[in-house]
Amino acid sequence: MWYTEEQTQNVRFSIRCNKQKYSAQSDFQRIEIFNTPEFGDVLVLDDRIMLTQKDEFIYHEMITHIPMATNPDIKNVLVIGAGDGGTVRELTRYKTIENIDMVEIDRMVVDACKEFLPTVSSKLSDPRVHIYIDDGLRFVRNVDNKYDLIIVDSTDPVGPGEGLFTTEFYGNCYKALNGCGILVNQHESPFYRVYAKAMKQAHKKIIEFFPVYKVYQAHIPTYPSGHWLFGFASKKYHPIKDLDEGKWNRLGIDTNYYNTRLHKGCFYLPTYVTKQLMEGE
Amino acid sequence: MRLSQENAPIYEALREYRENRIVSFDVPGHKQGKGNPELTEFLGKSCMSVDVNSMKPLDNLCHPVSVIKQAEELMADAFGASHAFFMVNGTSSAVQAMIMSVCKRGDKIIMPRNVHRSSINALIVCGAVPVYVNPGVNKQLGIPLGMSVDSVKEAIQKNPDAKAIIVNNPTYYGVCSNLREIVKIAHKAGMKVLVDEAHGTHFYFGDYMPLSAMSVGADMSSVSMHKTGGSLTQSSALLLGKNVSEGYVRQIINLTQTTSASYLLLSSLDISRKNLALNGKEIFQKVTSLVGYGISEINKIGGLYAFSRELINGDDIFDFDPTKISVHTRDIGLAGIEVYDILRDKYNIQIEFGDIGNILAIVSVGDRILNIERLISALSEIKRRYSKDPAGMLEHEYIEPVVVCSPQEAFYSDKKQVPLDLALGKVCAEFVMCYPPGIPILAPGELVTKEALEHIKYAKVKGCNLTGAEDMNTEKLNILTD
Repeated sequence: MWYTEEQTQNVRFSIRCNKQKYSAQSDFQRIEIFNTPEFGDVLVLDDRIMLTQKDEFIYHEMITHIPMATNPDIKNVLVIGAGDGGTVRELTRYKTIENIDMVEIDRMVVDACKEFLPTVSSKLSDPRVHIYIDDGLRFVRNVDNKYDLIIVDSTDPVGPGEGLFTTEFYGNCYKALNGCGILVNQHESPFYRVYAKAMKQAHKKIIEFFPVYKVYQAHIPTYPSGHWLFGFASKKYHPIKDLDEGKWNRLGIDTNYYNTRLHKGCFYLPTYVTKQLMEGE
Repeated sequence: MRLSQENAPIYEALREYRENRIVSFDVPGHKQGKGNPELTEFLGKSCMSVDVNSMKPLDNLCHPVSVIKQAEELMADAFGASHAFFMVNGTSSAVQAMIMSVCKRGDKIIMPRNVHRSSINALIVCGAVPVYVNPGVNKQLGIPLGMSVDSVKEAIQKNPDAKAIIVNNPTYYGVCSNLREIVKIAHKAGMKVLVDEAHGTHFYFGDYMPLSAMSVGADMSSVSMHKTGGSLTQSSALLLGKNVSEGYVRQIINLTQTTSASYLLLSSLDISRKNLALNGKEIFQKVTSLVGYGISEINKIGGLYAFSRELINGDDIFDFDPTKISVHTRDIGLAGIEVYDILRDKYNIQIEFGDIGNILAIVSVGDRILNIERLISALSEIKRRYSKDPAGMLEHEYIEPVVVCSPQEAFYSDKKQVPLDLALGKVCAEFVMCYPPGIPILAPGELVTKEALEHIKYAKVKGCNLTGAEDMNTEKLNILTD
């Protein structure tokens, strides 16, 4: 048995499966979890791979440790999406973080991950974590000048994630952040045309709001093309100039992808990516 | 066999036609799409395969005897009318057919001045003379309202020879007049009541909706099925009450109606009627609750006023359509049209219209809570990022017209084109309006006043789409030669 994802109209990506562990239709999307010999458990939403046990560490480390190392004083964090719990798990490794609000639109994703993906969702029960089942766009609209960090760990901009790629969302995030605030978002991929279009549009919208805005990259094998981007937008801190490598390394957080050398390196983008981003500016 | 609302006779006949794989040596020449591959790729094969001409099994809209007749009967049934006509040239054509069915050249017809241009167009064609009733005006919002019963009584007393009265149910903003009472006094005076229900389809299906024209005994009503009922753009229905001759109205419709009615439009009317009859209650309950949520959240933003049923005053706001999100924007220093433009250009949100002081978002069958959330968030952001001092903003949407001669007389008189400012004090020979909403600032036969010119210039500066004049840029105006 194989799971096949149509990454584009013309490209397919297949993984051999042992069995399907979970399948359900929520109010928002189709949720499936497969067990596979190569990638372990795989979470699929609306026919798109969200994570696999084998490579989820790359995504989750890169979406959290980049902003945390840039400003280790972050105490109050809002995570939007992220129902699987992977982003929250990485955040809970910082003892200095006091509060993590997580806003996920689909309760069934959280419940399914708690039951079937314990290695990812294990820290959702941390006492600092508060889970809100709500539309992220609606949640940030009612928040002012509050968070040190907002992480947007969303699906692609079709379906329930659509509102998290809009100008009104980024503007409301800006408003919900305090004066030192940082916004990090999953930023799609530069390689295939449909993803590149979403990437350029997101770039164009975010740049309107934040004085500091840089894009960084990671290699995530199970995402379309494997080449994935993140956005780092900030009111004050520069992700490289303000990085205190020694300070982060003294925290002794054990990672498998992230390190402070990579931190600086991941902001140096291939030329074709830079060109695409400049088109949007 | 007696048909029920579960049937859709035109749709069923088209399916059968498609399955029969008939070889066609008739028009249209694309022959089920085979002759136009690019268009077929774009619109889809199933769409092209039923873009066909009238033929025996599919009936003929100009003289319906089989499936179209059945579909019209089901439509009439669903709306509580004695007859219904499927219309394929927009609700404008339905409005014109209503007026031309009851008025001849020189006849008087009573109407509120805030009618859609299609009503006044009908007067240009048939030569009837309007007697305008000034609608009420809400000073705070600057919008025209419904007609008060007293003003209708007065118009009837002064013009006992008028043939009919036109009522908007509701206005574009969602305001309803006391239709039941107006029907009563008009009928007592021997006048027909014609209702423009372009924005009122859902009144026939939802609970807790304002009264519909047919339910209070009006004589004719034009219903835009495509606006809130889910059918394809340009498809519409004309409903008749019990004392109107179906045959005569059909003759009037056929004066201007195409003889090649589109089956895409006809089947969309048929299928939408079925859906509304079976599921309308549930659909509009959902719509009303989405709108209620939207309104309460927008009113929490501050500075923006989403107005609704709290305005009801038993008179010129006798009722209010609960499916509209109408928002007054002047207090954040932005004209409605500016908010409309920002929503589209910066936030990828297209709303129905923006005018001087308000915007209108239409919520219908197809909307979801996530989209309402986007509209609310975008408005909250627009207030945060774009609001200005409201000082010096124009306050009124509505200008009282000074009628000098009938629209037809003005339109066909000798006229000349002069720059806007030189038109002051002259009689206008054409329309000037912002589109949407399509309510004339000036109509043919009206005096060009200082207020009207001010309004036109202001609307231009704010970016309204001004239409109607012969000069596409509305820098010059046609006036009657002295």
